[in-house]
Amino acid sequence: MLGEGIIKGLAETARNFVGSYVEADRLTTVQYPEERLPTKEAARNFPFLVFDGNDAQAGLRCVACQICEKECPPQCIYIEKSKDKKPDYVGKPQFYPKIFDIDISVCMSCQICVEVCPFEAIKMDTEFELSHTDRFDGLLFDKHQLAKSNEYYQKIHPAEAAEVDARLAAEKAKVEAKTKADAEAKAKAAAAKTAAPPPAPVPST
Amino acid sequence: MTDVLDQIFILLKHWVLGWPCWPDSLRPILSVLLSIVPLMLVFALLFGIATVVERKAIGRIQNRYGPNRVGLPFTDIRLAGFGQFIADGIKALTKEDIVPRAADKVVHFLAPVALIVPVFLAYSVLPYGRNMTPIDMDAGVLFFFAAGAATELSVFMAGWASRNKYSLLGAMRAIAQMISYEVPLIISTITVVMMVGSLSTVKIVEAQADYSGQLPHWHVFTPWGLAGFILFMIAAMAESNRSPFDLPEGESEIVAGYFIEYSGFKFALFFLAEYLGMFAVSGLAVTLFLGGWTAPLAFLSWLPSWLWFFAKLLALISLFIWVRGTVPRLRMDQLMNFAWKFMLPMALINIAAAGLWFFLPAGFDRWAVCSAMLIVPYVLLGRGLMGGKLFTKRTYRYAE
Repeated sequence: MLGEGIIKGLAETARNFVGSYVEADRLTTVQYPEERLPTKEAARNFPFLVFDGNDAQAGLRCVACQICEKECPPQCIYIEKSKDKKPDYVGKPQFYPKIFDIDISVCMSCQICVEVCPFEAIKMDTEFELSHTDRFDGLLFDKHQLAKSNEYYQKIHPAEAAEVDARLAAEKAKVEAKTKADAEAKAKAAAAKTAAPPPAPVPST
Repeated sequence: MTDVLDQIFILLKHWVLGWPCWPDSLRPILSVLLSIVPLMLVFALLFGIATVVERKAIGRIQNRYGPNRVGLPFTDIRLAGFGQFIADGIKALTKEDIVPRAADKVVHFLAPVALIVPVFLAYSVLPYGRNMTPIDMDAGVLFFFAAGAATELSVFMAGWASRNKYSLLGAMRAIAQMISYEVPLIISTITVVMMVGSLSTVKIVEAQADYSGQLPHWHVFTPWGLAGFILFMIAAMAESNRSPFDLPEGESEIVAGYFIEYSGFKFALFFLAEYLGMFAVSGLAVTLFLGGWTAPLAFLSWLPSWLWFFAKLLALISLFIWVRGTVPRLRMDQLMNFAWKFMLPMALINIAAAGLWFFLPAGFDRWAVCSAMLIVPYVLLGRGLMGGKLFTKRTYRYAE
């Protein structure tokens, strides 16, 4: 009959109206500044620089190789290489960035810098409350603002960070084993050199 | 005590008028002002609160919170979002007022003014309580509709003066809709005028002020009154451009309709007029069918009469909001078909039913005959207008 549907609809909306006051799980809205959802593991927006240890600037993993600067599609990264070198995590002397700027108003969050970095030095952050009253300098992050600890990285992307840490540890162990082996071999050779007379030339077969 | 509370506003007015500081020549103007200014303030405030309540209620209907942020400035007090309309008002006042270069500037400026004046005029004949009618006219209902019809002119002024094809289309739609629905609106009130024998709103309320036992003699409790009330409310929704009849504005078709070229406070005035029109027509529905300021049960009569009027008014406003949250919009041809093929015949049949009700002796037979007179054409018309179409659940061939 005419009007039946309207009565049904009115009943449905009335049920929703009353239900939204009675059942809390009907209201799916998260009232943002007071309530927050936990960030997802795969969430990302802008890159940051990872450092190890306590000193943010001394512990930066970045070696200023400038691959990310060249690969960045919107060219939001600016790097100036240092003149001197400092030891990296395996103890090898490396350059470090004297200036490392990212303009987050230009960055498009494509994660290409993260993918090309051979040193696991640049990673994607989940921090999103970055609005600023100064739209030029306020959104241009220097290396002091970009440096964030490895613990922070482990907190925001646990699985990814564990994998990176395992790889770095393996690499470090390999390098250490190699240096140890080299040192041992060198020591052995030196010892052999001093102990034994120079060996007779081996006849060729 | 109850009498004092019932007449408190009249007594206040007479007390203020009695102050010796007024010169005698000023007293008539002051008396008029004391009637008009409080009414304008109360209904403007009601407009503000209604916008927030409407957004909150529709939010709840859709399982959202609705606005709940704006409260007192510089504090954390949020007032559950009821500061919103003040913020909106300040925003509307401080916005730039843009007049298109091609517009007819005088008419463009006059349209919102010409809209708001008749809307406020319509309030002058509503009985807000016992002895609380600003002007007790012999032809109050007629005056109400005359003032209401004047709003159509300003709608067309706005649409035409903007010199914009969307606003002109919106104005055309608004005019077509308002004129079409004015016919069933007025015909459905004719029944009440027939039964009471007067066009005066005060007399119409007094005719409903009796009780048989505890039950009131409201017109809505008769077959013709119920049908008239439903027809009146549907037509009122269309008259005040409320959803589901909000065709004059349509984001996807004609943007904002006839007030597309208005910004700032002129836009707010159109918005205000739309809501004030809705309140006025709800107030008339209360007067005609819901017993005006009379209490719904005899033992509740000790409560002030104006309280009952505003309680009924708020109930009807919530009904408007509820319907808006429920029903989808009509198409233009559906809107016209509904007005001329369904509303008009039903309203005409309702006049005949009311006439029969008047001449038949009171009793069960009268109820049965008049109800049948209305229900049978309702069912037949409903079936006929379906045109044999059967609306079942839609099935999709590919997207499941």
